[in-house]
Amino acid sequence: MSRHTLSVLVENKPGVLARVAALFSRRGFNIDSLAVGPTEHHDISRMTIVVNVEALPLEQVTKQLNKLVNVLKIVELDNVQSVQRELMLIKVRTDSESRSHVLELVNLFRARCVDVAPDAVTIEVTGTTDKLAAFVKVLEPYGIKELVQSGMVAVGRGARSITDRSLRALDRIA
Amino acid sequence: MTEQMTGAQALVRALEHVGVDTVFGIPGGAVLPAYDPLYDSVKVRHVLVRHEQGAGHAAEGYAQATGKVGVCMATSGPGATNLVTPIADAYMDSVPIVAITGQVPTPLIGTDAFQEADISGITMPITKHNFLVTEAADIPRTIAEAFHIASTGRPGPVLVDIAKDALQDMMEFSWPPVMQLPGYRPVTRPHSKQIREAAKLMIEAKRPVLYVGGGVHKAHASAELIELAELTGIPVVTTLMARGTFPDSHPQHMGMPGMHGSVSAVGALQRSDLLIALGTRFDDRVTGQLSSFAPNAKIIHADIDPAEISKNRHADVPIVGDCREVIGDLVTIMRNERDEGRKGDYSEWWQLLNGYKQTYPLGYESYDDGSLAPQYVMERLSAIVGPDAFYVAGVGQHQMWAAQFIGYENPGSFINSGGAGTMGFAVPAAMGAKMGRPDATVWAVDGDGCFQMTNQELATCAIEGVPIKIAVINNGNLGMVRQWQTLFYDERYSNTDLQRVKRIPDFVKLAEAYGCVGLRCERPEDVDATIQKAMEINDVPVVVDFVVHQDAMVWPMVAAGTSNDDIKYARDMAPKWENEE
Repeated sequence: MSRHTLSVLVENKPGVLARVAALFSRRGFNIDSLAVGPTEHHDISRMTIVVNVEALPLEQVTKQLNKLVNVLKIVELDNVQSVQRELMLIKVRTDSESRSHVLELVNLFRARCVDVAPDAVTIEVTGTTDKLAAFVKVLEPYGIKELVQSGMVAVGRGARSITDRSLRALDRIA
Repeated sequence: MTEQMTGAQALVRALEHVGVDTVFGIPGGAVLPAYDPLYDSVKVRHVLVRHEQGAGHAAEGYAQATGKVGVCMATSGPGATNLVTPIADAYMDSVPIVAITGQVPTPLIGTDAFQEADISGITMPITKHNFLVTEAADIPRTIAEAFHIASTGRPGPVLVDIAKDALQDMMEFSWPPVMQLPGYRPVTRPHSKQIREAAKLMIEAKRPVLYVGGGVHKAHASAELIELAELTGIPVVTTLMARGTFPDSHPQHMGMPGMHGSVSAVGALQRSDLLIALGTRFDDRVTGQLSSFAPNAKIIHADIDPAEISKNRHADVPIVGDCREVIGDLVTIMRNERDEGRKGDYSEWWQLLNGYKQTYPLGYESYDDGSLAPQYVMERLSAIVGPDAFYVAGVGQHQMWAAQFIGYENPGSFINSGGAGTMGFAVPAAMGAKMGRPDATVWAVDGDGCFQMTNQELATCAIEGVPIKIAVINNGNLGMVRQWQTLFYDERYSNTDLQRVKRIPDFVKLAEAYGCVGLRCERPEDVDATIQKAMEINDVPVVVDFVVHQDAMVWPMVAAGTSNDDIKYARDMAPKWENEE
């Protein structure tokens, strides 16, 4: 099995997320992570889907996704040729003694402290999956009280945009 | 030019504009507003069926007999959920239908209101696309989009769920609407490089087979197929969904492949070195155990749906496109190649295949006790009724016998439920076919199990003047299941006996109760006269109860999950493949 990152441009319409999610579950494809949000164009939403499949089923995934009428475009983003980020919020147990140690780790990982309480701090960190995993590992000894993580978002490197052509298609019907 | 009207009036007007002449359905609370303007339409005939499942299958039968989009209509909740089976059936067999359902008013959606069901959610995985319409103004555009999606590319069912308030609200109607489908772009033109690659393989091959599926008829490419076959001399197999697309009487026709295919067709696929798969999807009922399917064959796979290509079997030459264009391009290139002296030599291949055909023709058992063999009924139907009729089958043994023993010469003349295997398909689908093609003779071939699932539509046929003919192949059992119990469950007949001895129901009386003519035939010597009598009645539907031997089995057979090489042409009788030198 290997991880693949798909950027999927979809029409910004009700039910599209359900269609995509239902397709994955019905065809037996595993989603590692999924993030949805608006784009620079109000009619288009963008999903970043990380799937864990072999090459051949991946081809099936993209072909089946392409058959969904609300899907405009699918691009597989390669790890090297794209910037990939996840966001994590972590609530760590701290007291007056351990707080400075934790804050040192926050600096080392270029994370940010977003909330402080007498017995805990909440940390915001972004990065690749590997970086976040490493950060969690070093915080574990202090006691992680709560952890929440976003799906991965990704964008290709360089000046090219994957939305351009889809926008032109939308303009034609507008 | 715009005109003020209600959403319901706009719906009916839009249906008229897209060319709908027949709608099958049942009204109810949420869809009631639509039925009021429908009452006034002179262009759209609404056929009041007896069960929504009947409406859905009738729309499928209509679509397959006419090539147009079939339409069914139902109310919210249970009305809509009763359409689920025919929608799933249409999805599996790529039948273009549009299902229109009423939905509870927008403010009530999500409140578990009376007769509320999330039908767009329910049908998401079994429709090509579906819509939930909550604004009257969106109705005409949505109808145009639904018909466009259903009928283009790979055809399929589309559901349009319309909230009651959207039907009641006023809106400005104008036609044609501008469709907004930026993500829907079916590819129909094949890539010329792939066509050249295919031609090269076809010329080099020693043992090619044209493996033809339902997509070829859907693309109206039967004539092109015959031309390609005759030009190249390549043998043809026609799947269950393609019966009639290539004439059965043609010397190059090897029969139907698959679980109950002929030895010659299955043998041709297994021994082939090149399959030219056209509008077909390597279904498990054709391939048997996938890993041992056509083990020495390269694959050219042409289909309008890119997701079918290399889904089950890797394609060496993938061709995405409409089969008519693909086959047309293949004809052109193969003709040019032939004119330049390049042509495949398949003479040894034909020697082998003709051997299979002669040694292992389709056959069946006759009974000493004078009881009726179901296969004989099919042979006589075929001989007396002829190839210009439509034959509409249910699902099970009778369906396989109808596929095997009726001779099909015309594309689309065999209508059945292939992928979904929906028992109860035949009667309503035959009704829909007859309404679409009133000039044609339509015979439903049904089993006694299937017939009892949807025979309420006999009332619709009798009242609406739809004189279909129904051959009930009555073996008193769920025959195909019984056959598997005989072969794989030690003859333990758990819940397959429909208790024919008690004659419950009496199909002749049942037919009469529904205003149809009922006939019964129990002996071989009466078959011809009975069929002829049925053919003479053209004002009311006719039901013929053919009481057949309950132990008749469908052969040949490839047991589920086993290799096509292990096909049996009768119980424990395997063909000898090694008569290739």
